Amino acid sequence: MSATETIREPSVDVIDLRIALTISGVDVVDEIGVQIRPGEVLGLVGESGSGKTTVGMALLGHVRHGGHVAGGVIRIDGRDLSTLGERELRHLRGGVVSYIPQDPGTSLNPALRISTQLVEILEAHATDGGAKQRMARVREALEEVALPSDDEFLKNYPHQLSGGQQQRVAIAMAFANRPHVIVCDEPTTGLDVTTQARVLETVRDLCQSHHVAALYVSHDLAVVAELADHVAVMYGGRIVESGTRDQLFANPCHPYTRRLLRAVPDIAGKRTVVGIPGHAALPGSRPQGCYFHPRCQFARDDCRAEFPPITDLGEGHRVRCYHVADAVRQAPPEGAGQADRRAVGEDVVLGIRDLNAHYGETQILFDVNIDVHHNECVALVGESGSGKTTTARCVAGLHKQWTGEVSLRGEGLARGARQRSGEERREIQYVFQNPYASLNPRSTIGQTIARRLKLFPPDGGGDIGAKVGECLERVALSASAADRFPDQLSGGERQRVAIARALAAEPALLVCDEVTSALDVSVQAAIIELLGELRNEMGLSLLFITHDHALIRTVADRIAVVTAGHVVEYGPTEQIFTSPSADYTRKLLANTPSIEVALGQATAPSS
Amino acid sequence: MTQPQTVEQALDLVPEAGPEAPPPRLQRFQWLGILREASRLTRTRIGLAMVGVIVLIALFGPLVAPHTPTEFIAAPNHGPTSDAILGADALGRDVFSRFLHGGLTVLWMAAAATVLGVVVGTAVGLIAAYSRNWLDGVLMRLNDVLLAFPQIIFVLLAVSAIGPKLWLIVVTVGITHAPRVARVIRGAAQQIVERDFIKAEEVAGERRSRIIMQGLLPNVTSPLLVELGLRMTFSIGLVAAISFLGFGLQPPTADWGLMINENRLSITVMPWGVLLPVLAIAVLTVGTNLVTDGIARAAIGLERSNE
Repeated sequence: MSATETIREPSVDVIDLRIALTISGVDVVDEIGVQIRPGEVLGLVGESGSGKTTVGMALLGHVRHGGHVAGGVIRIDGRDLSTLGERELRHLRGGVVSYIPQDPGTSLNPALRISTQLVEILEAHATDGGAKQRMARVREALEEVALPSDDEFLKNYPHQLSGGQQQRVAIAMAFANRPHVIVCDEPTTGLDVTTQARVLETVRDLCQSHHVAALYVSHDLAVVAELADHVAVMYGGRIVESGTRDQLFANPCHPYTRRLLRAVPDIAGKRTVVGIPGHAALPGSRPQGCYFHPRCQFARDDCRAEFPPITDLGEGHRVRCYHVADAVRQAPPEGAGQADRRAVGEDVVLGIRDLNAHYGETQILFDVNIDVHHNECVALVGESGSGKTTTARCVAGLHKQWTGEVSLRGEGLARGARQRSGEERREIQYVFQNPYASLNPRSTIGQTIARRLKLFPPDGGGDIGAKVGECLERVALSASAADRFPDQLSGGERQRVAIARALAAEPALLVCDEVTSALDVSVQAAIIELLGELRNEMGLSLLFITHDHALIRTVADRIAVVTAGHVVEYGPTEQIFTSPSADYTRKLLANTPSIEVALGQATAPSS
Repeated sequence: MTQPQTVEQALDLVPEAGPEAPPPRLQRFQWLGILREASRLTRTRIGLAMVGVIVLIALFGPLVAPHTPTEFIAAPNHGPTSDAILGADALGRDVFSRFLHGGLTVLWMAAAATVLGVVVGTAVGLIAAYSRNWLDGVLMRLNDVLLAFPQIIFVLLAVSAIGPKLWLIVVTVGITHAPRVARVIRGAAQQIVERDFIKAEEVAGERRSRIIMQGLLPNVTSPLLVELGLRMTFSIGLVAAISFLGFGLQPPTADWGLMINENRLSITVMPWGVLLPVLAIAVLTVGTNLVTDGIARAAIGLERSNE
């Protein structure tokens, strides 16, 4: 950023913004103050329920149903949004302020051609000039996002484009009217890393070349580290720390920021992840005083009394904490049971030989060969649709249309779970991706686990009720959770229950299918820690499926990289990170966002 | 990142339930919750009152009736007297007493047929949804064949072949309900079958019957309750219609449907003989329909706030 730009008036100026629920008066966000200057990207980071999307929407003059702006000022280009009527707001949206949605698949109208939708945006804001000029502008907008601009392409319907192309069209629409401010709501969440890298680059270039002030709302710290100039961290509806990117990532001061950064796996650094204990402070259930104090190791009486004021640490680095000095002095905690590599056994627990799988006529997997040894964690990585989940389903007997051999301790397994013996089923347990769907909403946690214990009776028998308690305590839940229904638990707790259910059978192999992808980073870290501990305790083997490449370095002993149904690379984790042999792996590793690489603290894993 | 699970979560407004969460809104016995919610709606209350009045008349009417239904108490089509407040029918029997006696059969037949239809239909629907293979195809095509017959034609066919037996009417009305229920339940269960908790049971090799009873059934309670109410409304209409056509209870027994038939010829001189049973059937069906509507609304409301 050049010196002249810093003097410019901020395009976005939010002062002391408070948005509250209309009925209960509970605040969703409060005391929000952010400024974004032209050409600048502000990363707004937070976990689910932190209010980050609410703030992003507020810049568009929009508060979702059930809430209202209860205080503060939002100025866009010097104009106070609260003074604008509905018509002026409509004119503002898509014109002065525009929005890039999370999922372009649902935000583009599937029934209209790309060209129609782009022209509509221009017409809505009645830029002067006729149809010809508009078409020219449409082509220009598409070229800016590196899409073809020929008639052929313009005739396409959204479904004819790939996810990445759809997102580019959405970006082109957002930039079409040359906005001054742009709000991005996790626009790369649904994309694979390669596409994500390109989309991020496009957004950054466009913001810089057109002096657009961007608010980038995200839960992904690595993406923000690569993209943003300034970063604000939200917790419980307030900004707890803000500063430049380097200040915040290299010298985090708020205990929450520090713990959050410890929870993020990084592809560039081989280190453990550490979860944050406790529950996020959600609207209506926020504690007195500092919202983070129940989860904070530095909390003292003053933290319990009142929310800390803003402390300026100099050069715009602001933090809301009474005990910054303590927090900075303390070394960050170490994660349990991940870094120390256990002795991986010699014997093969799971053997996959020449696995070919089909869905109907379509072949999904081609000659997959993978071994999982005793006490080993093999990660299956690949982008969505690569066939990694299909592999897991073949192993578990959920998908039956396959040929080849899947063997447990050398014994070949039948295709379907029901054709296998009870003992074989006991040995392979499956943990599903989405804990919101994998537990029966009409059964208590206790009933769910007790049933599993009846199906696979543990050695020595004993009282089922007591056993259920043991199973729950093993995953760090209290035994009293047995009486609860799934909807009374948080996502992380549900995933713990799902793991407890799998472990009740005392399996030899745990198949983990994207088990953390539906969870927040701090919760993800806690689940990863738990799996690490359980492996040490129980001598489990893991088949760990993930699309989060940053995570694999933390968890896996061995990695299989899958693309389009082929295993293109298979070997020990370190070897794959230090000397990947396949081009695909290199591309994957290089495109994965990394905080450390972004800050220049580490070199890219492959170059 | 997680896909928002509900509107509320997407709004960042409603917290995920923590350990200090408010008391459960969703219980294992979800139908109790739905009924409780439904009973707070005005329409449900009005419906219940309407049904209640008719059920009381049907149940206790015979006890308070001044005459037996077959007793000749006055001249044919005699007007109201102090002894027979609604006059006499074409054969000189007390209209009011016959009305009080004539409701019970309609009610129990309709109820029995409904229960039969819903139980069979639910079983077929759940099995079809769970099997997802040729069995699904066979069951649903059989369903389609049955659906091709108008219900009343099917019942009349059976009754004219075997005879006007009450059990036969109950069974055939029930059987013709079944495919309609099965379609709805199959549709609802198909979404549940795809959920991971069913797959988790599959991997563990859980018994199929248990997956259907514990995994599927409790998760389709809302459509099930709505179907129960809806089929009850249809049953009442059907049973009364069959009775009207003369295939139900045989004269001289008192029955609302039959009464309408018997008295329709003298409707100009003695309208009460027709009007009273017609009103009773109308109030009953409108009542059950209102209750059903209340249940449907409550179920949708609960789903919005829960999942």
